[in-house]
Amino acid sequence: MDNFTPFSALLGGSLIGLGTLLLLVTLGRIAGISGIVSLAIFQREGRSWRLAFVAGLLLGPLLVALVINDFSFSTPDLNSRTLIAGLLVGLGTAWGSGCTSGHGICGIGRFSPRSIVATMMFMTTGVIVASLF
Amino acid sequence: MHLFFALLSGMLISAGIAVSKMIDPQKVLSFLDVSGNWDPSLALVMAAALLVYTLGYRLVLNKSTPLFDKNFYLPTKQHLDRSLLAGAAIFGVGWGLTGYCPGPAIAALPAASTGTAGFVAMMVLGWFIAGKIPINKRQQKS
Repeated sequence: MDNFTPFSALLGGSLIGLGTLLLLVTLGRIAGISGIVSLAIFQREGRSWRLAFVAGLLLGPLLVALVINDFSFSTPDLNSRTLIAGLLVGLGTAWGSGCTSGHGICGIGRFSPRSIVATMMFMTTGVIVASLF
Repeated sequence: MHLFFALLSGMLISAGIAVSKMIDPQKVLSFLDVSGNWDPSLALVMAAALLVYTLGYRLVLNKSTPLFDKNFYLPTKQHLDRSLLAGAAIFGVGWGLTGYCPGPAIAALPAASTGTAGFVAMMVLGWFIAGKIPINKRQQKS
């Protein structure tokens, strides 16, 4: 566990909680990233606020990089594993109505049974695949 | 106001993803891969986000409407179905393969990595295909 970073995890997690809460307080919306981004692309109605949210997603890490003067993190290689993973994440979050933010934070935060089950499900398959492959 | 707060919300969330280092898929994999040098950081990220959201949610729901809209848009479905279970399972497989879920992958796009761009392009294709081939009957979204 020498790579455990509890302080940045708690600080970053709190920011994520504040961001998701802000969208609920101001627009009355669930901050599910897969849903918002996909509807920003595929649905005309409600596109403007969703695009603004996506713009925010792209800007946030750049602002952090300005503050801490560091924008380095690993990214995956472009290979079949990465492409298959992207396809599965797209299919799975659409069929499953949400991802880590929508189910894992907003859904569990509302004590939604569907989100609790969905989160246990993707955590389980995620751990199995990451540990074995 | 809608646009400003949507932008600010997205910015806070992805700033959190960057600060917590969840923007780095290797960091996420070091949590999901329990066979190696296990890193519990992701659990603390979720715990902190959940604590803030859950407490805030209790306070917010005492209000009848959000600040800048006429009503809340909350999911109404309660029952579990095949689409939810199969979808979540498939999502987890993709997550475990690379360590990317949608938020970090999109937040990492400005780093201009071809791998990240390829992942996001395929994710969008997946959304498109799943929209054409629903597992349950088509779900209405507002």
